[in-house]
Order: sequence, then structure tokens, then C-alpha cells
Amino acid sequence: MAKLPTPEELMKLNYNPPQDENWMDKPVELKPGNICWGAKGKNLKIVEFPNARDWSPVEADWKLPQDWEGTVLEAMADRLSKYRSFKIFMDICVRCGACADKCHFFIGGGDPKNMPVLRAELMRSVYRKYFTNSGKYLGKLAGARELDLGVLKEWWYYFYQCTECRRCSVFCPYGIDTAEITMMAREFTNLLGLNTDWISGPVANCYMKGNHLGLEPHAIMNSVEGMVDDIETITGIRINPSFNRKGAEILFVTPSGDLFADPGTFTAMGYMMLFHELGLDYTWSTYASEGGNFGLFTSNEMAKRLNSKIYAEAKRLGVKYIIGGECGHMWRVLNQYMDTWNGPADFMEVPKSPITGTVFDNAASTKMIHVTEFTADLIKNGKLKLDPTRNDDLVVTYHDSCNTARGMGLLEEPRYIINNVCNKFHEMPENTIRERTFCCGSGTGLNASENMELRMRGGLPRANAVKHVTEKYGVNTLANICAIDRATLSASMDYWVPGTRVAGVHELVANAMIMTGEKERETNLRGEPLPGKGGNE
Amino acid sequence: MKVVLPFIAVVVLALLALVGVTLAHQVEFFFGVIVPYTAVAVFIFGFIYRVLQWAKSPVPFCIPTTCGQQKTLPWIKHDKLENPVTTLQVVGRMLLEVLVFRSLFRNMKTEMTDGKIVYGSEKLLWLAGLAFHWTFFFIFARHFRFFFQDVPSILSMMEGVDSFFQVGAPLFYMTDAVILGAVTFLIFRRVYLPQIRYISLASDFFPLFLIFGIALSGILMRYMFKVHIVAVKQFAMGLVSLSPIIPQGIGAIFYVHLFLICTLLIYFPFSKLMHMGGVFLSPTRNMANDSRMVRHINPWNYPVHVHTYAEYEDEFREKMKKAGLPVEKE
Amino acid sequence: MYNSGKIIAGLAVFFILAALPFLLNLGKANAKIEPSIKTPEINAMPVKQCVESKEFMRAEHMQLLNDWRDEVVRNGNRIYTSKSNGKQYIISLQNTCMKCHSNKKEFCDKCHNYMAVKPYCWSCHIAPKEEKS
Repeated sequence: MAKLPTPEELMKLNYNPPQDENWMDKPVELKPGNICWGAKGKNLKIVEFPNARDWSPVEADWKLPQDWEGTVLEAMADRLSKYRSFKIFMDICVRCGACADKCHFFIGGGDPKNMPVLRAELMRSVYRKYFTNSGKYLGKLAGARELDLGVLKEWWYYFYQCTECRRCSVFCPYGIDTAEITMMAREFTNLLGLNTDWISGPVANCYMKGNHLGLEPHAIMNSVEGMVDDIETITGIRINPSFNRKGAEILFVTPSGDLFADPGTFTAMGYMMLFHELGLDYTWSTYASEGGNFGLFTSNEMAKRLNSKIYAEAKRLGVKYIIGGECGHMWRVLNQYMDTWNGPADFMEVPKSPITGTVFDNAASTKMIHVTEFTADLIKNGKLKLDPTRNDDLVVTYHDSCNTARGMGLLEEPRYIINNVCNKFHEMPENTIRERTFCCGSGTGLNASENMELRMRGGLPRANAVKHVTEKYGVNTLANICAIDRATLSASMDYWVPGTRVAGVHELVANAMIMTGEKERETNLRGEPLPGKGGNE
Repeated sequence: MKVVLPFIAVVVLALLALVGVTLAHQVEFFFGVIVPYTAVAVFIFGFIYRVLQWAKSPVPFCIPTTCGQQKTLPWIKHDKLENPVTTLQVVGRMLLEVLVFRSLFRNMKTEMTDGKIVYGSEKLLWLAGLAFHWTFFFIFARHFRFFFQDVPSILSMMEGVDSFFQVGAPLFYMTDAVILGAVTFLIFRRVYLPQIRYISLASDFFPLFLIFGIALSGILMRYMFKVHIVAVKQFAMGLVSLSPIIPQGIGAIFYVHLFLICTLLIYFPFSKLMHMGGVFLSPTRNMANDSRMVRHINPWNYPVHVHTYAEYEDEFREKMKKAGLPVEKE
Repeated sequence: MYNSGKIIAGLAVFFILAALPFLLNLGKANAKIEPSIKTPEINAMPVKQCVESKEFMRAEHMQLLNDWRDEVVRNGNRIYTSKSNGKQYIISLQNTCMKCHSNKKEFCDKCHNYMAVKPYCWSCHIAPKEEKS
């Protein structure tokens, strides 16, 4: 594994590309620390993908199938006929450059091919050669080039360095969304068996076992059992969550990462404590035990195959509606894709909070609401007893996940909740939050360990903003509503802004929430003494 | 190379028209009738063809880029323009986008200072882009006085506004100066800003030089090398009433101006200039964020192979039973 | 989703706007516009000669008038020497130009109206009286 450079080394950045160089003449260099391992043959086989074999991106021979160029070009023609977005985004870019310095990988790395416009040009240049007359006849002068192994490797390198965060599309005067182009590139590379291990592994797990981590039914229950024990230790209350229970009113789906490792588990404990306090009639599922969807980082078809479990399980269990936990790309899928792929969900009812009676018309068709929508409604209606002073040792800022911000617009609900459960909240600079929020640096399945340099580079813009509020307000807690954030921001905070904790919003809720019959709490969910209770204040 | 070549191309095109009509008057028919009709036909039908080609591909998913608060709970203020849910709100968002370049207005500059990344204000591109497109439109509209026997008063009004300060004779148009300035800025930033220079193609410089040439020849014609303007209008009216005539003594510079415009019209449908039509079709901007309220239909949605619950239970039945989980089949 | 209806409507608007000049002039004759120099004063001239050549006057009259105004108003100079024939003329719109071209409607307005040009000469000067014809 490549040695991770120090933060000082990574901060040596130059945003000015060389002056007299044509990017087309510069061959790609697969830099260690910036690439993930290749997909394993067995994982590709599980989901019936073509060219399933073990391969390594650092070796010269990628073991490509015969006539792979033909396969790619045929697929490109097919996708051009299926996606208007792809066709239009190939045609109308004027290269104004507004997007150039908006990508977290460019800001954190300075590689000119990480400018969104150039990332897209990697694909456009091939499109021009085979699908436009000017490219066919004028070639390089018209910005066209042939598809060859060098180009394929360049695609693989840079389209697995895009987290589909869509920040560039906010600034583009035509709304060109690099995520759409990256998705196509990943469709093409998957036809050649060129997925990464870190994506194809979770995909295979999720397909067979229902979640990315590959937790089998009893393992999920064990994990939840452990959390229930912890909750009892902290609150004195024994809660009793149910699994695969038919006839429950609500199915609860959250990313499996929250069941597995800190600090995600604290968020999961938060959900359970909240639902217990409300007496909510809900159930977990071990079959649909994954809210996230690494299929989205693979191909449209794979994403649909994984996503199908949620509605299928809701139907089997006969629930009235679904609540989804805190996760980023999961909510891109739930908001923009799920109903189209696997709907209509006409066997359920429009979500209605049993506590407040609020009807969530905004989910009238999908029948699935975000847990922060649910909780914000509870707090607004005064249904929770909250003691925000229990979070007084935390000076909190909030990181918008790319997908909930730019693929949904869920901006105020989590802020409203945080402001009700914490006394000390400070926003990061406005250019780095809400629709302009930065990626954690490791979305779209880039949260592996072998590409740590890339992740830290991609995480720099977010960390830079956190550092700003840390110095200005003494912020020590980065709240968020995304399981991948909880895992990856922890790493990038340790690297860039040590001492900053990463916490899910519902961890903060559960800390502040006074439960019926609870004992005098001494610690927070992490087992740390509550403010004023540690004796060292 | 990518800068010089398009420049030479535009100069050659201009010289072609200039030398052509100066040397032999017979070619006036070519430059004055054949080329303009071809250009208009290529532009109109090429444009429509390109849009129809786009329209042939469906929009399979509802993928707006949301730039503001979604519509949820009634007490949370919904950002109607940045995150529209109704058609009217989408129209509002599109109008902001098309008329005032809303997204480009967000632009900012990322810089590294004292070991920190800071984001500075950067409105110049927005301003120059807006100035360029609006003056282009204004000038384009002003030219319609050549196509109407009785010129509508709205055009006279625009002209009055444009020459408000009544400088010189013929009266000086402000838009003439603005468009030259804006195009010059757009060319210079492509040459001098390292990032923009790196991403620019020859096809980015060509239309800029071409439009600069069109504006310059038009300005020279109005203020310096004056042409027989009444004859020009008779020529234009001949074209649009489908009975073309070539009046004598119009002046060669007119043909340069005309030929460059025709080049632009012909080039238009084959180039990035199609962003004029494309901006209206961009799915990240022209869709309502209502995909949880109304099901968006994908016309090519096809059944996929899934791993069913039954298959899952078959694999884990014993483990599930041991853990006390309910199963469908004992 | 194709949105065919909206796209076709949009293209129809585009077509109408782009082809507007053609559509509005369908079947209309192209009128020939020529300023008239048939006035009694000009008819009586042995040699029909303006202060400068016809071609110069056609292209540059607005500039010439502008210069004349400046000469008189700012420099107090009322004499203009012709560049083409060396003769001297009194600088005066009403007494020199309009003396011969007494037919403003048929001379000035004809082209100005055709070209939709509105010179501001007559914001200060009084237009010559013409018989209504």
C-alpha cells in the first residue's frame, strides 16, 4: 500500500495547469494511493457480470475481452438513445470553465483532469470521434480522439475519481451534471469487468445477504442486541426492537454501516431510543437491511436490482409506509430513482405520523420519508422532551451530504433538529454548505483504504471549512446525516483537523432526549461523562 | 495552434468575401443570394433537427439538481425557485437561468492563501456573459428594421434606448461597444487564464473570433466605410420577400459582414452554440423535484434479475430460525 | 418521459421567430425607394449640383450636417468650402439645404422612414412648409 503523505505535503497545491500542453497528449498515470483495487472475479460472478476474473489496475494487462472497443461504443450508442441527459451533456458544454475549480478532487489535488469540464471531455472526445461529423473528419482539431487502451485507462482512473456529488452541476449555466457522465463511464467499464473491489464486494454482499457488509440475519440481530445492552447501561431502559415482523405499521431501513462500526452505531442507537420512546410500531428487515446502494456506483441495472428489496419487503411485511435513516446516496436513490425503477408503491399508504398526525404529502407516491423529516415534525409539535444541555460539551457544525442537498433539498430539517437538541451550533462558510456543500471525499464507493491519498485530497475542502469554524468558534463536532460521512469524515478529520468528532444527527437527538422512566444519565451514548457529570469540570 | 488556426480561418473567410465581390461583381449573386438562403435554411432546419435528435432520447429519471430547500413540512420555508415542485415554479427557475444566468451568478474563485483554501467573489464571467448575450440579442433585434417595410415601434424604441446619448452621426450605439468589449474579454480569458486555456478547444475560439469579426465589420460599416444603406434594405427586403435583387454599389464591406453572419448561421447547428436550445432541455434544470409525490415513468424500464426474499430465506432459513426470526416456510 | 408536446411547442416558437421576416413579407412587393429631387428650385438649376457629390452626400450627409452644426454653433463659422468643386456655401440647414430640397417629405423623410431613422434636426429647426399633396 502506498504511504500516505503528510498534510503539509498534500497542501502543496498548484491550480494552474501547464501552459503549452494539450491534455490529450498526456498519458494517464495511475498513481498509487489514488486508485482502488480491481474487482474480484467471484464478486462479479455473483451478480452475473461479464468478464468476471481477478485483475489488477497496476498491471499492464487488464485482461479485457475481445473487441472491447466495440462493446463500449455499442453501449455508448445505446445509452445516448436512452438518456437525454447524456446526449445533451455531450453536446452543449461551451467550456466556460465555471465548474473548473468547484470539484473537491481538483481543489485538493490540482490535477487538471479533475476539473469537471475536463473529466467530461475525456468522454466527449471519444463521443465526438464516433458520433459527430466534425470529430470524424477534423479529429483532434475538433477535440476528438480514438478510443484505445490509454483512453480506457484514463477513463477508469478519472471516473473512479468522481464521487457523483453534483457540485459542478450547481454552477454550470446549463446544469451539466458530471455525475450523469460518470455513471455512463461506470456502465461502460462494468461491461468490461473493470469495477473496483470496494464497490463490487459490497454489491455482491448486498445482492445475496441484503446489506453491503454481508451481515447475515443473526449477525444483524447480534449487533442490534449489543446496542440494546449499551442503551440499557446508559438509560436503564431495555428496549426490544423487532425484525421481519409482519403487520408492523412502519418498515425502517438504514444503511448497514450504522449497525457495524462507530460512530454509526451511536446513530443507530439514537433511532432505536427515539422509536422506543414514541412507542412506534416499526420493524427492521434483515432481507432489506441496506438503505445504501453501491449498485448506483456500478450501473443503472445493478442499482435497480439492489433497490428492489425495499419495496418487495415492504409488500411482504404489509407495512403502511417506510422510514429511511440517515444516509446520503441512499436518499438520492429513494428520492429520484426508486419509484421509477420499482414502483408504484400503491400497496402502501401515504405516510402519516402516528404521533402528530402529520401527513407527509411530499412522499405521497414513494411512501418513504426521511427520518429527519419525521423527527423535525415531532419536535415542532412538542412531542419530545429534550434537554439540550446534555450536549453542551459539543460545539457543533453541520455537513450537508451531497445527495440530500443537491438531489433532494433536505437542508432545514436536520438544522432544525440540531438547533433543538444542541445549544452550540455554528455554520461553516456559506460557500461550503447547503447546495454548495463539499463531498466528504470518499463517496461513490471510494471509501477504500488503498486510495487514502485520494480520499484525503478529496476531503480537504470539507476539512478546510471545518478547520475554519474550529479556529473561529471552537467547533469540535461535525454532525451529518450520512453513514459514509460518519465513516469517511472520521478519517479525514483525524488527518486534517484532529480532535473533531463526527456524529449522526440522531445521536445528538438521543443524547438530549429525556426518556420516560430513564435513570439519571451519567454518560452520553459514547459512554463519555455528560457535561457536569465527569467531576473534572 | 488552437487559438491561431480559428483566427486565420475567420480572416480568410472575411477576405474571401472582400476579394470576391471586389474582383468580380458576378459573385455578388453567390454571396448575396445563394449563401444567405443556404445559411438561413441550414440554421433553422439544422437547429430543429438537432433538438429533435435530443428529444428522441427520453428522460428516464427525475434528476433535478436541487439548489434550495425542498417542499416538506408546511412550516419549513420551501425554496420555490431553486427547488421547484410545480410547472410554474420550474418555469420561474428556467427564466432565471435563461434570462439572467442564475447558475453562473453563483460562480466563485478558489484560491490558496496562507495555507488555507478561500473562495472569493468572481462575477466577471457572469457579467461578461450576460453583457455579451444581451447585447447580441439587442443588436440582432435592431437589425430587424431591415426586414420590415414598416418598422414596428418596439424596434424604434430599442434603437432610441441604444443611442440614448446621441453621440456623433450616425448616432453611436452603446451595444456596439459593449459587445466588442465582452467578446474581447471572453477571448482574453481563454488565452490568459491557465485553467481556461487548458480546457479550450479550437471550436471555442472560432465562434468568438467569428462574432468579433461580425461585430467589427458591422461597426466599420456604420461609422467608417459607409454603404448605400437604402440599397442594403432593398437587398434585405428582396431576400425576405423571396424575390432577391442585387442593387448596385452596396459596398464590399457589406458582403464581408453578411458572409460572416452566414458562416455563423451555418456553423451554429453543428457546434456548441446549440447550447441555446440545449439549455431548455437540461434535465437537471427543467424538472420539478416531485419524484416522491408523483411517480416518474421511464419508458424503457425493464424487469431485472433480483435476489428474492424466498431465495434469501432458503439460504438462511436455519440461521434465521435459530435466531428467532419468523420465516415463511418452516 | 419525452415532453414531446413542450419541445414541439418550443420549436414552433423558434421557427416562427427565426422565420418571422420571411413570414411577414410573404407575397409582398419590394418597394423601390428613391428620394425625389424634383423641386422647382432644383429643376431651375442649369447644373444639378449639391454642395458635394451625390455619392458623398448619400453616405455622409449626417456627418456633414453634424459638422455644420458644430461649425456654426461652436465656432461661429458660417462658410463651408466644398471639397469637390471649391465653391463656398453658407452653412444653413434651412437656407441652404432646404432651399433646394424644399420637399422634405419626398426627400428626407422618404429614406429616413424607410430605414426607420429619426434624425433630430427638427427638434430645433422648423421644418419647411409644404403643400399637402
